[in-house]
Amino acid sequence: MLPASTKDIKMAEEIKLFKVKIDNISVEVEPGTTILNAARKIGGEVVPPAMCYYSKLQGSGGKCRTCLVKVSKGSDADPRPMPKLVASCRTTVMDGMEVANITSPEVLDARKGVVEFLLLNHPLDCPVCDQAGECHLQDLSYEHGADSTRYEFKRRTFDKVDLGDHIKLHMTRCILCYRCVYTADQLTEKREHGMLGRGDASEISTYISQSLDNDFIGNVIDVCPVGALTDQTFRFKNRVWFLKPVDAHRDCENPKCCGKTVLWMRGDEVFRVTARKDKYGEVENFICDTCRFEKKEAKDWIIEGPRKIERNSVISQGHYVNTVKPKDPLVDVLDGRQPRLLFDIHTESQVNRPEIDLSKIDGPAHSDDFKK
Amino acid sequence: MGRKLLLDKAHIEGIRYYDTYRSNGGYAAAEKALKTLGPEGVLDEVKKSGLRGRGGAGFPTGLKWSFIAKPEGVPRYLVCNADESEPGTFKDRYLMEFIPHLLIEGLLISSFTLGANSCYIYIRGEYAWIPEILEQAIAEAKNKGWLGKNILGTGFDLEIYVQRGAGAYICGEETALIESLEGKRGNPRIKPPFPAVKGLWQSPTVVNNVETLAAVVPIVNIGGDEYIKYGTGKSTGTKLISACGNINKPGVYEIEMNISVEEFIYSDEYCGGIKNNKRLKACIPGGSSVPVLPANLLLKTAKGETRMMTYESLADGGFATGSMLGSGGFIVMDEDQCIVRNTLTFARFYHHESCGQCSPCREGTGWMKKVLQNIENGKGKMSDIDLLWDIQRKIEGNTICPLGDAAAWPVAAAIRHFRDEFEWHVANPQESQTRNFGLAHYADPLPAPAPAAV
Repeated sequence: MLPASTKDIKMAEEIKLFKVKIDNISVEVEPGTTILNAARKIGGEVVPPAMCYYSKLQGSGGKCRTCLVKVSKGSDADPRPMPKLVASCRTTVMDGMEVANITSPEVLDARKGVVEFLLLNHPLDCPVCDQAGECHLQDLSYEHGADSTRYEFKRRTFDKVDLGDHIKLHMTRCILCYRCVYTADQLTEKREHGMLGRGDASEISTYISQSLDNDFIGNVIDVCPVGALTDQTFRFKNRVWFLKPVDAHRDCENPKCCGKTVLWMRGDEVFRVTARKDKYGEVENFICDTCRFEKKEAKDWIIEGPRKIERNSVISQGHYVNTVKPKDPLVDVLDGRQPRLLFDIHTESQVNRPEIDLSKIDGPAHSDDFKK
Repeated sequence: MGRKLLLDKAHIEGIRYYDTYRSNGGYAAAEKALKTLGPEGVLDEVKKSGLRGRGGAGFPTGLKWSFIAKPEGVPRYLVCNADESEPGTFKDRYLMEFIPHLLIEGLLISSFTLGANSCYIYIRGEYAWIPEILEQAIAEAKNKGWLGKNILGTGFDLEIYVQRGAGAYICGEETALIESLEGKRGNPRIKPPFPAVKGLWQSPTVVNNVETLAAVVPIVNIGGDEYIKYGTGKSTGTKLISACGNINKPGVYEIEMNISVEEFIYSDEYCGGIKNNKRLKACIPGGSSVPVLPANLLLKTAKGETRMMTYESLADGGFATGSMLGSGGFIVMDEDQCIVRNTLTFARFYHHESCGQCSPCREGTGWMKKVLQNIENGKGKMSDIDLLWDIQRKIEGNTICPLGDAAAWPVAAAIRHFRDEFEWHVANPQESQTRNFGLAHYADPLPAPAPAAV
């Protein structure tokens, strides 16, 4: 009779699904799901933006307040609306709950306010920021921000800090989402960084400027929604939308690392390695620092194919997606012989010299690098 | 003379020490609770008494206690919130400094009711000398068998620990207090889960204010039915008010919640009137985070009724024309006080004390402070007043913890009631640096409410 009873339990579990209405779209989710994840199940426009919530990190969320929604009906059992807007990433659904996100002017107004607060002390240095093009704050302010600021005061600034050899902390850009703190807490063996100070003077910091040489600390770069934590090996090397993202994998020696990554390439050069991110900008699997920082050659990797990038992303404007390198017909035409160059650009120009590998240059590329 | 329940024996010399406290009827309530009433009995009395939290929110204590989860095998905790950092509030300090045994007796009864075997007093770090007083009192009580193992032979064990804070206002918020008590950074937690389900070390926890826990003692002594005869309506019992500002007799007063605000300010028994025979301009009746009221709205409600020192009457009219009793930090301002500077002082305080966890409060409080600084220093613009209003509106209700609301309300109320003064500051930048706006029309009688349209 055992199988039957387990089946009964399964049936009972199935019946227990909660019905939730988000912006008049019904969805059935398991109890314990948050409003945000229920909305993600629907997908599309009704998904509230999230700057601090990260589904892979326990305890994250609730801090940035961009995902505020209005609960217009608490549940079937208790239909009273919730008195205040709630953070959808940390509020679990109830059966019969009705939520208003984009249909509520109150929510949109509050969200606009939150975006203004987030941008208040942000330097808006997108033209020189490595995160530009894949920055959540850029997307958020494009969708919900005002066209100009009402803030007339000096913005808060911090000195840049090197967190070890590979990671650069640019605290001025930070929106204090705490994602990296949770990442360091949950992925690495010893946590060496956290929050110092209070209020708008609080900052992410390593205690006594210790470098973060843990195996998985590089993931803080991926979870950072803005350009506060950037990859030192990629810093100022290229704009992300000039690079071609391809899925690749390798057999990583680290048992906790899946070895599945995205290589950001130009030609055959690997500019940087990141984890694979889903459409909400969350990584699918965390990768180890060896994969991220050490394996910067195409031959280290088994390339699977082009990475699918969301159409609305500026990265897809590079038109690298789904393109196949055209077969050069000349070789066939010339019966295997190489064509004779009429004019070699390298004889005239100092840049674009083939022996100079841009991704190998230590630090940003500079004209001095080409004069050697 | 108003009747007193908490401070009735405060004048007795040596009441700080066990022997004097005991010989004046101390620990009788604890004996009664442990020996005759039992946990259910005490909870009934507290529920009957209608006691409301004295820390600011005014939530019924009996109800709060009945919410505590009681899973098997999980310890429960009682935490006494003595992190009294609200500007203008200093009532708990008086209680802990002069009659510490009253608090300890209250903790004993409350822990017994909740079934908590460990109890923590989280006291603000600035009260540097009080933990010693409390620890001495705890040691005395332990010597006499009121704490420790098997108290009065009932099999109930209790240990009370005193934990010093490090000087953060935010640690007065119950979940931030719990985080701090656990040794972490004092960031408020996101609720739910509420502390009654998952609090200190993920165990059910009740966090109560010092005065609330002390008030349990007279409730057990005289019974809930008798306690309800003190005060008016749903504001039962007595309340400690720490009066300060431009009054003749600043200090901590125990009031029965049946006197009017006017009586409290002007009677010789309490504040003794405004200093130097000045006129009353404004008052913050419940600590810095509650809305400020101009004199005319303070003494009479918008409906023309006399405003009483009760939870309901002070909140009458909502935030449009009312305020809150809050934690009882009664700040009186005379005609020489500048509301803009006063608002700036509070904004600076909240900016300094914001924990920085959620964005509206972290960024908004600093912004409000800077805009107010401009207005105060004669560099303001008319649009700044509307800007301030918009900022406070976007902070209020959108934050994790009530500190965001507490930062927004004083600014909102100042603009709502004293907009002319702000405009005068902007319009007369030179003059505003040398003199104050003065009383203006803020004490004028309110226009009679229009008769209801037929």
